[in-house]
Amino acid sequence: MTGLPDGWEVVVGLEVHCELATATKLFCGCANAFGAEPNTNVCPVCLGLPGSLPVLNRRAVELAMRIGVALGARIAPSVFHRKNYFYPDMPKDFQISQYDAPINRGGRLELPDGTVVGIERAHLEEDTGKTTHVGGTGRIGGADRALVDYNRAGVPLVEIVSAPDIRSAAQARAYVAELRAILVATGASDGRMEEGSLRVDANVSVRRPGGPLGTRCEIKNLNSMRSLGRAIEFEAARQIAQCAAGGQVVQETRHWDEDRGETVPMRSKEEAEDYRYFPEPDLVPLEPDQRWQAEVAASIGPLPAERRVRLLHLLGAAPTPAQAEQVRSVVASDLDALVVAACEHGAPASLALARTANEVAAEPSSAARLDPAAFATLLVLEASGELATSQSKQVLAELLATGGDPAEIARRLGFEPMDRGELAGVIEQVIAEHPEDWARFAGGEDKVRGPLIGAVRKATGNKADPAAVGRYLDERRARGS
Amino acid sequence: MTPGDTRPDPRPPAIGPEQVRHVARLARLRLSDEELARFTGQLAAVLDYAAELAELDVEGLEPMAHPLPLRNVLRSDEPRPPLRRDEVLEQAPAVEDGCFCVPRILSGEG
Amino acid sequence: MSPTALELAAAVRTAERSARDAVAASIEAIAAGDGAIHAFVEVLADRALARAEQIDAAVAAGSDPGPLAGVPVALKDNLCTRGVPTTCASRILGTWCPPYDATVVERLERAGAVVVGKTNMDEFAMGSSTENSCFGPTRNPRDHARVPGGSSGGSAAAVAAGFVPLALGSDTGGSIRQPAAFCGVVGVKPTYGLVSRYGLVAFASSLDQIGPFAATVADAAAALAAIAGHDERDSTSLSDPVPELAAAVGRGVLGRRIGVVKELVDGVDRPVAARAREAAEAMAAAGATVEEVSIPQLRYGLAAYYLLAPAEASSNLARFDGVRYGLRVDAPDASAMNVATRTEGFGAEVKRRIMLGTYALSAGYYDAYYARAQRVRTLVAQGFGRAFATFDALLGATTPTTAFALGERTENPLAMYLSDTCTVPASLAGIPAISVPFGADPAGLPVGVQVMAPALGESTLFAVAGALERAAPPERRP
Repeated sequence: MTGLPDGWEVVVGLEVHCELATATKLFCGCANAFGAEPNTNVCPVCLGLPGSLPVLNRRAVELAMRIGVALGARIAPSVFHRKNYFYPDMPKDFQISQYDAPINRGGRLELPDGTVVGIERAHLEEDTGKTTHVGGTGRIGGADRALVDYNRAGVPLVEIVSAPDIRSAAQARAYVAELRAILVATGASDGRMEEGSLRVDANVSVRRPGGPLGTRCEIKNLNSMRSLGRAIEFEAARQIAQCAAGGQVVQETRHWDEDRGETVPMRSKEEAEDYRYFPEPDLVPLEPDQRWQAEVAASIGPLPAERRVRLLHLLGAAPTPAQAEQVRSVVASDLDALVVAACEHGAPASLALARTANEVAAEPSSAARLDPAAFATLLVLEASGELATSQSKQVLAELLATGGDPAEIARRLGFEPMDRGELAGVIEQVIAEHPEDWARFAGGEDKVRGPLIGAVRKATGNKADPAAVGRYLDERRARGS
Repeated sequence: MTPGDTRPDPRPPAIGPEQVRHVARLARLRLSDEELARFTGQLAAVLDYAAELAELDVEGLEPMAHPLPLRNVLRSDEPRPPLRRDEVLEQAPAVEDGCFCVPRILSGEG
Repeated sequence: MSPTALELAAAVRTAERSARDAVAASIEAIAAGDGAIHAFVEVLADRALARAEQIDAAVAAGSDPGPLAGVPVALKDNLCTRGVPTTCASRILGTWCPPYDATVVERLERAGAVVVGKTNMDEFAMGSSTENSCFGPTRNPRDHARVPGGSSGGSAAAVAAGFVPLALGSDTGGSIRQPAAFCGVVGVKPTYGLVSRYGLVAFASSLDQIGPFAATVADAAAALAAIAGHDERDSTSLSDPVPELAAAVGRGVLGRRIGVVKELVDGVDRPVAARAREAAEAMAAAGATVEEVSIPQLRYGLAAYYLLAPAEASSNLARFDGVRYGLRVDAPDASAMNVATRTEGFGAEVKRRIMLGTYALSAGYYDAYYARAQRVRTLVAQGFGRAFATFDALLGATTPTTAFALGERTENPLAMYLSDTCTVPASLAGIPAISVPFGADPAGLPVGVQVMAPALGESTLFAVAGALERAAPPERRP
């Protein structure tokens, strides 16, 4: 990890709050939606009006179970508890959560690089409202009042708590990325960190390798992957500096200040909160039976890890670092099915992967409409040299925007795909006209390659794809003819 | 008493003014000195009376959170109409920009 | 003597009497007599008369106006009534009007009943005398120097004074049964989960139940039938079919096995014990097999209750923080505002119970208090379970004493809590219980006798209650 002095290790555990992709809130029928006008999405239940009662959303339980299955957790009988504390964004001044009997217990998450991070638990709880601090300096502690919107109050959350198995900022980011991909793949969440549907708190401590765990601090307000990484690095450095100077790390909750690039202690409260957890009397225990659990398990498609393996398989050879990243990003953007389908239609795997990771992923809304067969046809044209790379990308842009037939689009754009036989004929002609150049190339002088390609392009009125010509020359030389 | 310990404890802790002050704080209540003294006496009397529960052998008894054997009460994920915003806000003590307005929040969970 | 609810409904349904007339009579009686009693905190004259006219129109049009057509009813002021203040007799709710009706209110109105007003209560249902109300106490119609009981004292008094034939209250540790006994009317706490709690401002969620007051057992059965049954808005609502109620009232007790609970007769005041024993004899004379039974676990019920109920209450009442509705006392920051609001808005008993409950749940004390009390609750339930293996129903006193004087116990919370010893056990176990007036003490104050049955045993409950009513010494009916 960058910047960690020798002889120190950072220990990180992550708590990820994931908003579930249900139609309605956890305990009432208000819409689970982002961006509505304040307080237009509330009812007696999520406002906690006197006399209101919660009723549990079946779909939220199902999605929580999917998360449990995907993380290899044990789905256990569970109960809800009240977590009691006062805060204006909490309509009841208690939060309905799960305490010592959560729905998902244990589990593991394997990072793409093979590291395994233990999962302690993943439980259901309701979200709070949103507070905006206004007036004064406009920031927490400096504001003169606060405005509360309860639209988000009652939205279903699953809180996923990892074991303190993470050892670097990079691993932390990889963990969140992979977890996000899993949450999206299971349909449990849309994983939009920027919209707040995925929130991360980090528990950070430092120690001498092999030594006992140090005192940890909880870091909140990590709204992006970048913040996550920066905050962990800062906090580790801060704690190490403190210890190295003979001081002691104080257990506290700290806030990540993105602008200043540092963690700051949250305004101290008079004393530690005592949440006085007790079983929620307005709800009854949850015991999903074996049949339901089996249905849920069966409803989950292949998880990201499995889908990555599938792509790697298609590639055949060991992937380059660039390809490994393309594989990861294509699966995370849910575009791997396109690559697989294109390959089934005859497209070369590495080209399909590259085009999907780059050009297709840049147009996510059009990606769903892209016909895999047409895509494959186009890629074959490019691979064979009938279309130049730049031409192929232009055709692809059209395909994404309006669909259609690649060959027809190419013709319309003026890229006559050059027939392979025709190209071969031209190349042979050029070789016949430049025997000394060919001999030198065939003998190993690679610098003749460029001029030979240039001659072919000139002979084809610049229609020949240099890459395809080059491949032809290389293969001809390799054949020894 | 350690968590999970169900052995009869003959002497649950008595409650004193410090503890009353502490729970008052947790409950967002302020007590005058007179009230603190009075409530401490009254709460101690009740807890004293409840101390007889410590005599009982509750070994092996499940805590009864509900009188009912109900399990898995669930509802379908279908939207129901929300309240109108004016219904929501018209009885609020202070409103600003469609939100509930409160004095500044000093410490925090948020 | 006022007509019963059933008599009234029958007359309205056949257009023999107009609903408007019945409701107007109720409103007049309240206006004339409630100054001395103070059963009501809000009378909804215009709303009620308009509703009554709708009932009459339905009758005239030949459509079914419901089994309780035109019956004036009073609602304890912790039941949410849309657009009408629901104060729980607390300053902290200010003039808050819920934007929705409690399920029981919807069901009563669908049955044709007409809500004429909201009744006084102990603040947030915490009390046994209705002296903890921010509006001042209600007086017992049988003796204005005495309490009507609590916390549903207003509803009990409204029926006892003849202002309405039916009223709803809530019972957490005896808050329907005890005032019923003190006022000389019938009061029912149903099986936990039989009646939806949606719209009942919560006190102790695992104990609260809504139930009816009436002058007769048959009326109480009719009211319960109108409000009982599964509600999808209450996760603790039972899906089982509602037991037979009205039909059970006249069934009698021939061949029934009734246990007289020693712990609910020994240790209560002499006249009360005497009435309870007479009631037991009356049941034997009516053909039941009556024996004494001891359930020693019951004696721990009160202590367990006074840890559990305040614990749940401390959490349920946290929402009253000055942010969204009700009273707000301004302060420089939000937390100080919460403190100022709650300190000014809550009465002493509520504060006491919030602190007691917070303590019972707090770190280090949870196991010794709350968790232990939950286990004792199991013990009490098991005690009843064993008794019900032998007996169909259990009998005992409803309260240790008859109505005490106003001001007599207000300085001594523990003495006040002790009025609940006989009623708390049924609440802890979630079983149904009813108080039926049965004679009086030498001063003429009414005595209530309590019947308990297993969960969902309301048919048995009403059969025994009906028999008791028929056997009761002649008593003044409102």
